[in-house]
Amino acid sequence: MPEIRYQERLYPVAPGQSVLDALLTAGVEAAHSCKTGVCGACMMQATSGTVPERARYGLKDSWQRQGYFLPCVCLPDSDLTIARADGAATCAASIGAVERLSPDVVRVRLVCDTALESRAGQYVSLVLGGKLARCYSIAGISEERELELHVRRVPGGQMSGWLHDEAQPGDRAEITGPYGDCFYVAGQPEQPLLLAGTGTGLAPLYGVIRDALRQGHTGPIHLFHGAATEGGLYLVNELRQMAETHTNFEYTPAVLQKDGPIENVLLARLPRLSGWRAFVCGGPAAVQVLRKKIFLAGAASRDIYADAFLRR
Amino acid sequence: MDSSTSLYEQLGGEAAVNAAVDVFYRKVLADDRISRFFDDADMDRQIARQKGFLTMAFGGPAAYTGKDLRTGHARLAALGLNDSHFDAVVELLGQSLAELSLPPALIARVAAIAESTRTDVLNR
Repeated sequence: MPEIRYQERLYPVAPGQSVLDALLTAGVEAAHSCKTGVCGACMMQATSGTVPERARYGLKDSWQRQGYFLPCVCLPDSDLTIARADGAATCAASIGAVERLSPDVVRVRLVCDTALESRAGQYVSLVLGGKLARCYSIAGISEERELELHVRRVPGGQMSGWLHDEAQPGDRAEITGPYGDCFYVAGQPEQPLLLAGTGTGLAPLYGVIRDALRQGHTGPIHLFHGAATEGGLYLVNELRQMAETHTNFEYTPAVLQKDGPIENVLLARLPRLSGWRAFVCGGPAAVQVLRKKIFLAGAASRDIYADAFLRR
Repeated sequence: MDSSTSLYEQLGGEAAVNAAVDVFYRKVLADDRISRFFDDADMDRQIARQKGFLTMAFGGPAAYTGKDLRTGHARLAALGLNDSHFDAVVELLGQSLAELSLPPALIARVAAIAESTRTDVLNR
């Protein structure tokens, strides 16, 4: 009889019983609703073991990739270790180089003490002095356990102010995460990719693009980056250069005060999006409009990955 | 038709729900009569709700009770949700299923199940 390890305890699963029912029978308070694999309320993450295909059916690729599954329709054949879907790790890190990318954006490199299982495009919470915490997207990961973040100066912001003005290489911090499903999943190298964002919403998109190119994506990759004014655009030269090096990568910067909303710029260039995979990042209002327009232009809902930056 | 096979199975079960949800939800969002009622910030949650609705309308294992439908739509009733909006949703549901080439007899049965929720959805 397979056993489930959950929160340091073992639960047997009877033949024909679901993981959810095994937990509920044992008195575990596990969130659930439909119990038929439709609503997604019970979603959990498998950290080791093999989840049957049925329990991952219909979930987004990047969720599957992270081990997410639906315990209500999971009849395991073998042992599984599972965790709540929001389980995240913590690790200590040092500030590496801090480099100015535009008048109000710096690139911060963070060196983790131990390898953090994360993907470019996901986000982490950076914690300073055990109290101050802010979320930043991962714009890149290098082999040396180094994460690249893009930090915009928020007027009066404590964390961004510190990173812009005071942080020195070697300063200590903590990271929790990673979070989010906005990352590249290999397996469909020819699928066209659309990436759209405003401001430092570029960070996760930049991470996804480089990850896709590194993994040999051959289909078109089209980036639309918007900023209110010319000065808000950054990494322009790097991106132009990437577009010259990689013939399948196209970069469209947009100055929103002049060119209008980013979704208009995007749809004027790509009116039909069925079959496309889309990544959308930036402020919540912009993200909501973008993903809706992209969906209405034909992209499948499960092919749209969005990450809305919330301000605290 | 084999009467021992449920409507849900005849339609194709969960795979049919997954195939129909985008077609249906795209029509709903693009329809000026009703799109404002579906203007939730969280599209993933909206898609999950539409899947729940389609599963029920397909005669599948229902996650909703009449009470859920009432409380879930109470806020919308306050925004003026009425019969014309309900009719529009049923119409778009029928169009979506026709686009997916489902047999008219099965579409009619789906429409009948959807119709049976009218008083709960409209909180009457």
